Amino acid sequence: MTNSWTDIKNTDLVVVMGGNAAEAHPCGFKWVTEAKANRGAKLIVVDPRYTRTASVSDYYAPIRQGTDIAFLNGVMKYCIDNDKVQWEYMKAFTNASYIVKDGFGYKDGLFTGYDPEKRDYDKSTWDYVLGDDGFVTTDPTLQNPRCVWNLLKEHLAPYTPEMVERICGTPKDKFLKVAEMISECSSPTKTMTSMYALGWTQHSYGSQNIRAMAMLQLILGNIGVRGGGMNALRGHSNIQGLTDLGLMSHLLTGYLTMPTEKDVDFTTYMSTRQFKPLRPGQTSYWQNYRKFMVSFQKAMWGDAARADNDWAFNYIPKLDVPSYDVLRMFELMYQGKVNGYICQGFNPLLAFPNRDKNTEALSKLKWLITMDPLETETARFWENHGDFNPVDTVSIQTEVFQLPTTCFAEEDGSLTNSGRWLQWHWAGGTPPGEAQHDTYIIAQIFLRMRELYRKEGGAFPDPILNMSWDYADPNEPTAEELAKEINGRALTDLMDPTDPTKVQVAAGKQVLNFSQLRDDGSTMCGCWIYSGNFNEQGNNMARRDNHDPDDTGAYLGWSFAWPLNRRTLYNRASADLQGRPWDPSRKLLEWDGSKWTGYDIPDIAPTAKPEDVGPFIMNQEGTARLFTRGMMRDGPFPAHMEPFESPVANVFNPEMRGNPVSRVFETDVAQMGLSDEFPYAATSYRLTEHFHYWTKHNRVNSALQPEFFVEISEELAKEKNIGNGGWVRVWSKRGSVKAKAVVTKRIRPLMCDGKPVHVVGIPLHWGFTGSAKKGFGPNSLAPFVGDANIETPEYKAFLVNIEPSTAPQEATV
Amino acid sequence: MMDSPRTAVSNPPVQPMESNLTERDLIRRSATSELPTPERQLTPVAKLIDVSKCIGCKACQSACVEWNDTHPEIGANVGYYTNPHDLTEDMFTLMRFTEWVNPETDNLEWLIRKDGCMHCADPGCLKACPAPGAIVQYSNGIVDFVHENCIGCGYCIKGCPFNIPRISKVDHRAYKCTLCSDRVAVGQGPACAKACPTQAIVFGTKEDMKKHADDRIADLKSRGYANAGLYDPPGVGGTHVMYVLHHNDKPHIYADLPDDPKISGVVQAWKGVTKYTGLAAMGLVAAGAILHGVFGRANRVQPEDEENAEKLVDSAAGHREDA
Amino acid sequence: MNVDLSRRSFLKLAGAGVAATSLGAMGFGEAEAAEAAHVRPFKLTTTTETRNTCPYCSVACGVIIYSKGDLRKGEAADIVHIEGDADHPTNRGTLCPKGAALKDFVKSPTRLKYPMHRKPGSDKFERISWDEAFDRIARLMKDDRDANFVATNAAGVPVNRWTTVGMLAASATTNETAWATFKFAKGLGIVGFDNQARV
Repeated sequence: MTNSWTDIKNTDLVVVMGGNAAEAHPCGFKWVTEAKANRGAKLIVVDPRYTRTASVSDYYAPIRQGTDIAFLNGVMKYCIDNDKVQWEYMKAFTNASYIVKDGFGYKDGLFTGYDPEKRDYDKSTWDYVLGDDGFVTTDPTLQNPRCVWNLLKEHLAPYTPEMVERICGTPKDKFLKVAEMISECSSPTKTMTSMYALGWTQHSYGSQNIRAMAMLQLILGNIGVRGGGMNALRGHSNIQGLTDLGLMSHLLTGYLTMPTEKDVDFTTYMSTRQFKPLRPGQTSYWQNYRKFMVSFQKAMWGDAARADNDWAFNYIPKLDVPSYDVLRMFELMYQGKVNGYICQGFNPLLAFPNRDKNTEALSKLKWLITMDPLETETARFWENHGDFNPVDTVSIQTEVFQLPTTCFAEEDGSLTNSGRWLQWHWAGGTPPGEAQHDTYIIAQIFLRMRELYRKEGGAFPDPILNMSWDYADPNEPTAEELAKEINGRALTDLMDPTDPTKVQVAAGKQVLNFSQLRDDGSTMCGCWIYSGNFNEQGNNMARRDNHDPDDTGAYLGWSFAWPLNRRTLYNRASADLQGRPWDPSRKLLEWDGSKWTGYDIPDIAPTAKPEDVGPFIMNQEGTARLFTRGMMRDGPFPAHMEPFESPVANVFNPEMRGNPVSRVFETDVAQMGLSDEFPYAATSYRLTEHFHYWTKHNRVNSALQPEFFVEISEELAKEKNIGNGGWVRVWSKRGSVKAKAVVTKRIRPLMCDGKPVHVVGIPLHWGFTGSAKKGFGPNSLAPFVGDANIETPEYKAFLVNIEPSTAPQEATV
Repeated sequence: MMDSPRTAVSNPPVQPMESNLTERDLIRRSATSELPTPERQLTPVAKLIDVSKCIGCKACQSACVEWNDTHPEIGANVGYYTNPHDLTEDMFTLMRFTEWVNPETDNLEWLIRKDGCMHCADPGCLKACPAPGAIVQYSNGIVDFVHENCIGCGYCIKGCPFNIPRISKVDHRAYKCTLCSDRVAVGQGPACAKACPTQAIVFGTKEDMKKHADDRIADLKSRGYANAGLYDPPGVGGTHVMYVLHHNDKPHIYADLPDDPKISGVVQAWKGVTKYTGLAAMGLVAAGAILHGVFGRANRVQPEDEENAEKLVDSAAGHREDA
Repeated sequence: MNVDLSRRSFLKLAGAGVAATSLGAMGFGEAEAAEAAHVRPFKLTTTTETRNTCPYCSVACGVIIYSKGDLRKGEAADIVHIEGDADHPTNRGTLCPKGAALKDFVKSPTRLKYPMHRKPGSDKFERISWDEAFDRIARLMKDDRDANFVATNAAGVPVNRWTTVGMLAASATTNETAWATFKFAKGLGIVGFDNQARV
């Protein structure tokens, strides 16, 4: 989230699209109801289903899943055509005036440079024209036909209300009503917030869905302001934290990136990470990359990371592919190329698409380790449960370790919420049986491996033997010790850069925050963006002052938000070019003539003059990008694409299937279905009564929603002779499930490109362990293909068939 | 501590506290005539359920189960979101889901109503109850069941215009929402109101709740719900659980919420019934209770008992009118 | 007419055998013997409070854990209730249906209590000691790393990656656990390392 949960109360219009906040985030959704009740805010829901969020909305519009880009492009076009643009904001704070290279264009659903063999673009024309001074050429009058603004207008031209209706199935009048309500938020004194989640990400073009809304928000001037922003509602309690800390294949901590094979040494690695400003005077904060990277290496390997060994750069593995994400790993496992796997608090058998493939992949492992507070289907993937898990147990040769861990109630530590607040919590209960903390388990395996390497030697033992592990009790690092390591400390006395006679931070002391980090090896810091979490002032994540001066919703004294306790990202954009708030009643920051003051930590140097320095300090431009250059694999503007499995052809190019640059493994191509065999558009989702596959272990939540079901319209039920509450079989090219049918008015057939499209809704909370009735998940049906930029599986739009059926069978003993 | 809590938004105490709901705060007690006059009048409390803010998340159900330590059965899906499918002795509150197409706009509205005890000012359950002290009413409006005194006859169900109490199959006693009397007794609001994510359920003095309802109704009217209003039915003397409904002109669309609830004819008739017929009616019920008790089953009113009782009451009522 | 005629009065007026007998048989012959009205004793009295955060979604609602026994005093602590923290700026004491039932997540019948081991081809888990499990896991991991570690690519550039073992990290563990896990996985050279951000 760019903003925080509590900031939502400041909004005038909430658009829930690509999410279902009332069901998946009920207590965060509270702030929507507060905005409605106290500010007269309106709520719009755009969704294939009339959800529980829709039940309290002011306006609901149906949409076919997977067509959000067409809808949002249509709204952008409506706003531009009707002069509903926050012109001053858009001109000053985006790259609208930047001139784009000749040659860049878009035709037949594809951008310039497509290579069907490589399934990739040559992106060389997707860039700015640079002047002799090395800066981007611009036309502030927006007259140049090659400026971003004019190219955008050209790109949006086809997305008329009629086209939106044709693609999305949203009746024209409903689309226009939504567009009109949204367009009102172009006023500097009206803001809209976007609340979205996996309804946008789980598409083969999920990143572009989000970009489309981000662009709309920039055109309306709604980024960086109170009650505005792009608010990604993260799924798990600490998935924001795990991403921030780089627990991903292609990341290091704090969004530093893993080296690739091209980065032959540290100098080469740094050469592509210099981030020189593209416009005069801009911050381009990533210019500090080297300080963060060196401090990170020092946190990992201490004295073994030295200037003369490139700061132990080679200790970090180098990637030969963009990432070893979960789809790639399960593909490799399926091919028999993975021997061992560790699942910490994760249930991939139900979480990843194409369950049959997952089962086969896990069966090829030599060993599997699960660490979890609860039973998981993954830990028991080898156990026969009749129709619910029809495996041949004896033939599965995988050795499995199921390790019991503590849960939240039994451990200290911090979680990072969607609004980037790091909140410390304290253990309140004794763990059951022999359950142990994850940190203990990790430490034990690590220490024993290190001992083996000490004794026996082996493959490149250096990063293991030299790993910084100087905890009071190496057997179990405490949460405080680890948090302090994340914050970072001075390794030698740090002298004050403005007065070299003064010590800024004494050796051994915690740094105040990342502004004190150095690139000469004199500081260490586990994760730069978190720095400030636990400094000499103490554990700032444990702060619990809930005062909120002037009721802005900022709560600066409650916990710690990254970066630097800042609550709203890009908050400098809440003020105009003179530094005056766009909306005086919703002031966030203000320029007092010499510095920025206000309710939040400024997201800019406190003395950066408003007319000189742009608000988007992490971008080399200093502005936000309506045109992303070559930074996204599937295009610098969002363009309509169809899901890989779609009931209708892409109207821009009927030959195109899915995202033209998504990675598709060969074995999966054959497992893609077509609409003649699988006529119905399926989508998957959570229900408010459950949390993923966890709460089915809880008797209370199991009572509230006991059994797996699918939802269909009354029209489809009639057509297929399916009774409400009766058994149905739903199958795709990849698998088959049995479910109870919930026949509802909340799903209606949509007319898309002249033909009716029936939606089948598939919630995801059931498996074969726990208290609830045994059932299946949508992953038995969903395709094994991901987003072109980040590989998020296409769970929200695929094809199935459905028929009346009988109950599934348990295992016969 | 105030005589009655003003809000559910507070953290419960862990230090020992004096209960503010005691025998001396009773204003009614089932099958008891001589109740001492209470020494004080507690401020009437109410739970206000704003159906228009409710997202149907069932947090109220969950919080209710956890607070009251009940064990609802894990049932099956029968085609609806309403789970369990009815109130039970282990589920004192229930979200009832209705898909309703507004004939005026042709738009679908998903009406979600939290069902449960309304804590009537004029409680039919209490009046119908033959077991002394099994149902009590406190001066703050809470109608509570004292399970130790319950004989499981089920007459409270018959007396309830909202069909709320349920008899346990385990201990054969009647159960329903207590308005978390144990929490209210130490200055806390009910668990459901504390949990409710959107604060569609709020709790406080009845006066405050009516004021809050006025604000909500004004907001709804500004959004086009011309018939938005407060459900505080006079037929039962008003209730200490009230609803804000977007369509207060037709409460029945919310999963059969009675348009004009009244205590059932049988119970009402008893009030004026001539002695002997009334006795006979009651006697049949009680006799039924004994027989079922002997065979170890629930002491439920059986259909034939009820039928006989109703006939007797009807004829008695008719007789009285004649006289 | 006394509209508030109570059941008790009604029975007294009725005064005849059958009703009185039936109530007597039920043990309520003397109405006065009935239990005095009382509310349930407040169940949180003398419990220990601990501030925590809901582990489910990313709203991160504040919760208070109520336990019998206090960990900070070195006692065993048995969790008896969990409720929203009214002081928390985001949830203000509210909780969703998942959060409101957290106690039953902690006390789920399928909570794991002991390390278990499944032998290849077996149809059951068997108890294993922590020590035995750790030793065996360390051995399996080291052997695989030594056998399959890719030290350099074809061009001779050090790449130091281990692709034959992968790891998924828990999305509900703390940042501190995540940092320890990060050090462990990246330090070993595991590149097939991912979290639950996408599913």
